[in-house]
Amino acid sequence: MKFLLVEDNQELARAICYRIESDGHVIDHAPKIRDALVFVEVGEYDLILLDVMLPDGDGRDFLRQHRAKNRATPVIVLTARSQVSDRISLLDLGADDYITKPFDHAELDARCRAVLRRKSGTAQPIKKLGDVAFNPIAGILTVSNIDVTLRNKELRLIETFMNAPGQIFSKQKLFDRLFSYSDDVSENAIEVYVGRLRKHLIGSQLRISTHRGLGYRLDHD
Amino acid sequence: MIEVGQISGSLRKRLIITLIGGGAILAVLIYLIVRTYATQIAQQGQDSILGASVTSILDAANLRKGDIEIDFPYASFSMLKTDSDDRIFYAIYQDEKFLSGYERLAKMNPKTGTGSTFGNTIFKGANVRLASASRTLVGEGLRTELSITVAQTRDSLNGTLNRIGQNVALFGAGFFLLVIILAFWATSAAIAPLARLTSSITRRGPHDLSPVISPVPREMAPLVFSLNKLMGRLDQSLTRSEDFIAEAAHRVRTPLATVRSYAEAMLQRVEKEENRRAMRSMIRAVDESSRAAGQLLDHAMITFRVDNLDRRTVNLSELVTDLVIQLTPIAEMRDVQIKLEAGEAIQVSADVILIQNAIRNLIDNALKYAPQESVVDIVVVANPRPEISIKDEGTGFPNEEMHILANRFERGSNSQSITGSGLGLTIAQEVAEAHGGRLSLSNQVKGGACVTFSF
Repeated sequence: MKFLLVEDNQELARAICYRIESDGHVIDHAPKIRDALVFVEVGEYDLILLDVMLPDGDGRDFLRQHRAKNRATPVIVLTARSQVSDRISLLDLGADDYITKPFDHAELDARCRAVLRRKSGTAQPIKKLGDVAFNPIAGILTVSNIDVTLRNKELRLIETFMNAPGQIFSKQKLFDRLFSYSDDVSENAIEVYVGRLRKHLIGSQLRISTHRGLGYRLDHD
Repeated sequence: MIEVGQISGSLRKRLIITLIGGGAILAVLIYLIVRTYATQIAQQGQDSILGASVTSILDAANLRKGDIEIDFPYASFSMLKTDSDDRIFYAIYQDEKFLSGYERLAKMNPKTGTGSTFGNTIFKGANVRLASASRTLVGEGLRTELSITVAQTRDSLNGTLNRIGQNVALFGAGFFLLVIILAFWATSAAIAPLARLTSSITRRGPHDLSPVISPVPREMAPLVFSLNKLMGRLDQSLTRSEDFIAEAAHRVRTPLATVRSYAEAMLQRVEKEENRRAMRSMIRAVDESSRAAGQLLDHAMITFRVDNLDRRTVNLSELVTDLVIQLTPIAEMRDVQIKLEAGEAIQVSADVILIQNAIRNLIDNALKYAPQESVVDIVVVANPRPEISIKDEGTGFPNEEMHILANRFERGSNSQSITGSGLGLTIAQEVAEAHGGRLSLSNQVKGGACVTFSF
């Protein structure tokens, strides 16, 4: 996935970029509307994350110009204003969704997935590993030609593994990926989800192995 | 309800009464003047004939051998003939000595020489007008004074006067009627711009504070000017406070967002359980404060809007469906499934922004308290009244606290582990009450909370 982040706050932008890159995506950062328009002209993006208050104008101006050029790239607005009236006007201007700052990355991830799923016209990336195919947007895992629709946590787990097969992930790391910080769950809950994934992968060339004291790893026969 | 200050009379009534009163006085005056004038003219007519009659008799008098001889000219009485058979009386005196005619006919004291004297009296039970004149006859050493009085009843004159009086009264009444019609018309015409201004201001939506631009009469210009100035000031202060709220939210939340993002990033590198717990509490505190800031601002906005509901016709099913679509990603994060039952269109008259905010808060609450991989049931019904109920499979409300949960900043004793500000239910309740409905909390028999927002 390729993202464009339009955000003037450098610190926040760096944090968001770091987080999205660590999920295995590519992200460009434009601090101003002017830069953003150039980026959009040159590169093809799957999704734009747009701040509303920018130094050289209102994020709405960008939205308006973006939509006026008939560009279909979905836009998720990052807003620090929570007023309902603002939300309504943003959606009217052609934003696909919005998220209020500060946000949970798990929520941003869920919103991106939902927006991309709704724009089903665009080609959806399919990851293949051995005889297993995985569509991260629709959340469909295909094992020996049988489609399984994954729940959100299973989906995030398999995505993490498939981005780095052969790497050992600690329980902690997986927990951070799967759970929002407001969830009051023990880290052992990870075992439940690993168990479910293993069940889905039965009969395929992929296996999730346990490494005592270290964590889990996706192996490929 | 907005109070109107004291009402002191009505402009319309005052105008109509003044105009009609003026008209009435004018009508009576016209009646009196015309009548007096007509009486005078008629009287003059009678007087000049009476005078002529007296004069013609005097002229016919001769002094012959010391005796007075009067040959009454025919015309002297025939000229007094009227349609109503007025009676004529006369009396002739020579030097205060009665000569001929009706002796008891009171003698006026005519001035010697020119002209006649006129007067009114009652003779033989009738009102009469009399004219007297005198003449000095001189001849053969005799000098004598001859006075003649002629009187005529006033039947014909009174008849004429009554006729004129009737006509004048009719004219006066007609005039008065016309004045009444004109008064109503003039009043309506004068009040109309005021009524137009009122309706143009009443028709506005509660958030339209633009100045009045339609033309108004000069007399109303100062009023409209002051009104526009007042609305301008109000608009400015509202815009300023709305901008301030938005700016404040932006200023507070952007750094919070940075803190949160970094904390999340840090957490991924920290391994010691103790530190991880600390980082997690930090993130939770950030969430809590940003949520509280958001709901405080929302609450401020709602308090303002509740006084000025911007009511429109809203399709409740559609509104809830949209909210569910928007909140689905949040539900998915925790693998919570939202089941929505919202069939046909349900039209309600409501402030969209408030309703969205309230219901969003309620669904948000349900998603927060719902356990992982559970179901949140949302049902929208039209009968017996439009109602939205939201059920989750969480722990439900603590029974003994149910009645205070909608109070400001009040949170259930079982909510310690969940971020919240305690304003969500307050907001929903205030919105429900502003729309004449209510918010009811209950627990389901099988467990889990049920919140019902009804209109």
